[in-house]
Amino acid sequence: MRHLLSIEDLDREAIERICDRARSFSEVSEREVKKVPALRGRRVLNLFYEASTRTRSSFELAAKALSADVINFAASGSSVEKGESLKDTVQTMSAYQPDLIVIRTPFVGAAELVAGWTTASVVNAGDGKHEHPTQALLDVHTIRERFGSLDGLDIWIVGDVMHSRVARSNVLAFTKLGAKVTVCGPPTLIPRDFEALGCEVRHTLDDLGQADVVYALRMQHERMADSFVPSLREYAAVYQIDGRRLAPRQVLMHPGPVNRGVELSAEVIDSAQSLIGRQVAAGVVVRMAVLYELLAGREALAPVPSAPTPQPA
Amino acid sequence: MSLVFRHSPPADLLVRNAHVLDPRTGLDAPHDVLVRGGLIAELGEPGSLEAPSGAEVLEGQGRHLFPGFVDPHVHLRTPGQEHKEDLDSGTRAAAAGGFVAVVAMPNTDPVVDSAPILRALVEQARREARIPVGFMAAITTGLGGDALTEMAALRSAGAIGFTDDGRPVARASVLRRALQYQRLTGAIIALHEEDPSLSGTGVMHEGHVSARLGLNGIPSISESTMIARDASIAEYEGGRIHIQHLSARESVQAVAEAKARGVRITCEVSPHHLTLTHEALLDGLDTRLKMNPPLRTETDRQALIEGLRDGTVDCIATDHAPHAREEKEVPFEQAPMGTTGLETAFASVYTDLVLHGVLSLGLVVEKLSSGAALMDLPTPRIEVGATAEMCLVDLDAEWEVGEPGYESRSENCCFAGRRVRGRVLATVAAGAVVYRERTFALSAA
Repeated sequence: MRHLLSIEDLDREAIERICDRARSFSEVSEREVKKVPALRGRRVLNLFYEASTRTRSSFELAAKALSADVINFAASGSSVEKGESLKDTVQTMSAYQPDLIVIRTPFVGAAELVAGWTTASVVNAGDGKHEHPTQALLDVHTIRERFGSLDGLDIWIVGDVMHSRVARSNVLAFTKLGAKVTVCGPPTLIPRDFEALGCEVRHTLDDLGQADVVYALRMQHERMADSFVPSLREYAAVYQIDGRRLAPRQVLMHPGPVNRGVELSAEVIDSAQSLIGRQVAAGVVVRMAVLYELLAGREALAPVPSAPTPQPA
Repeated sequence: MSLVFRHSPPADLLVRNAHVLDPRTGLDAPHDVLVRGGLIAELGEPGSLEAPSGAEVLEGQGRHLFPGFVDPHVHLRTPGQEHKEDLDSGTRAAAAGGFVAVVAMPNTDPVVDSAPILRALVEQARREARIPVGFMAAITTGLGGDALTEMAALRSAGAIGFTDDGRPVARASVLRRALQYQRLTGAIIALHEEDPSLSGTGVMHEGHVSARLGLNGIPSISESTMIARDASIAEYEGGRIHIQHLSARESVQAVAEAKARGVRITCEVSPHHLTLTHEALLDGLDTRLKMNPPLRTETDRQALIEGLRDGTVDCIATDHAPHAREEKEVPFEQAPMGTTGLETAFASVYTDLVLHGVLSLGLVVEKLSSGAALMDLPTPRIEVGATAEMCLVDLDAEWEVGEPGYESRSENCCFAGRRVRGRVLATVAAGAVVYRERTFALSAA
């Protein structure tokens, strides 16, 4: 595999391989020296055209934990503000000979375009409302760690599906691994014909009880301005996941950042059912596994343990 | 109102033994066609006519001779955007596609919204246009949608008709005034139908593909509701309207209903809407597939084809919309709307529809020139005494779109890379040979 642009680039086997490797990398994160030499001498370029805290920092941590060198490029304060096109920026940065480019943009398909303009591997860290494949992988990893497998799991994705690249990547990834996926949200915030992605569409939480995993999406304030929903209060009244709606046997996930009191109530965020903290932790090890997957195939690399090895005391 | 072009010497020409197909005159058999001084002088049995000395001979054996195509909807980007296309390159592309006349849209920079701008453009076309060109003028100044242009002055300066193409006339009252004013000018009003509040920031058809890709959609009702509205306004004012680039099933229905109740309404469909659907975007977000109106569903495509068959759709128009490479080499959402189409119009429709038995060759040939009458222009005919306006086509020639390059200044063709059948070998416009395909010209020499 050369690029990770979409969940469609991965089959079930590849997803499981990446998650298994992520598990072996968790051991690295627990060491005192959180570094292995697997990608020593490799160069990773973080190209972010959109604000991001956790995705960008977790990619940086992941690359550094594998001993790669990292260049961060943020569009603000750069030549992009002087009108440089994406193509020119990518070609300029390619002169630094990166082995891998992590790119986030507000534009659908931008990662795929970039892949055509560089010899480096490309990882899509979010392209508009299209996809966010590494988020989906870390979510799959988090669920596997909890349930062992996604086969037969009932997963509900609740909220602003229309504007969510996470929802799109997750529907594809979850169904690939055998889960039954339902998306639920206001009719104004679920695109027409969304069922074509292979999920069910609901507009009320009436049957939320059937879910094993409840995955809430971020409800962005700017949606109010476009009248997608009349008010956050109305939204919360119908779609907020709270202690009353979340059954004790269910687990809760969210891609972050959370709007406390909007899509989730404080009690469920802080409850033992919440896997939100685990998702963040999974972000680093899964991205390590993705970097390894894409770069390991190219020339000889230092070996990486395939299973956790006990550390000498 | 007249078409303008750079005069070439009138042709003395013998097309020998070509299969002449003109649905309007009923010709559908091999003939010799003799052109003298730019006029069709004689039609005869194959081998019956002699070429006068000095006349050019075009070998027609195994080839078809059609009445030249007329495109009521092209963007020649002049004035102001000559980096995309100019009058010379645009009319060269048209000639290479078998077109003998085209009508250019006024959404240029500046907009063609005043008589001086139009007069300058007409003068320029007299120097540069290789085939006859007509110019549409804007309905509203600056395409702003508010103030009517000086339509009477524009008409006197040579405007074929009026359109704000690229944008709808969003306010019903403005269109109503334009239609009232039409009684003065008599000129056609052509409409790009789209409700801006429904299209929003859409960049493709709203459906399962846009849902999958996370792109904002343009719903079919954005087009069809405006057609229904404008048909009612035209009916009330007794006006005559032409609907540009139909794309949706609901739109075909709206036009059919309006025609049934006697509204003076005509419409066009583009080769890309007849042959491609939004699913093409799943194979890669190629910005050449981004156009407005967008490629829609298979159901829509079938409805457009049926519309051509039953007469609801009056003609084929390319909406040739060139854009420079750097403008299209950007993420899909940032790319401008439009595909070129003049050089591929016949081959794309012939390959996908005629060869598959969906439409007859005669119908396609007819619809590729029936736009002329809708714009009050003469329709090319292959008959004795008519000005020679025709194209010689090799139906068996297979070629890859873009492989030989383009005559257009731009290369944003949605059919790029496709293998198609049907190559235009030569075009005669306004009585002069305006195009000879390279290898054909060499073989003739």
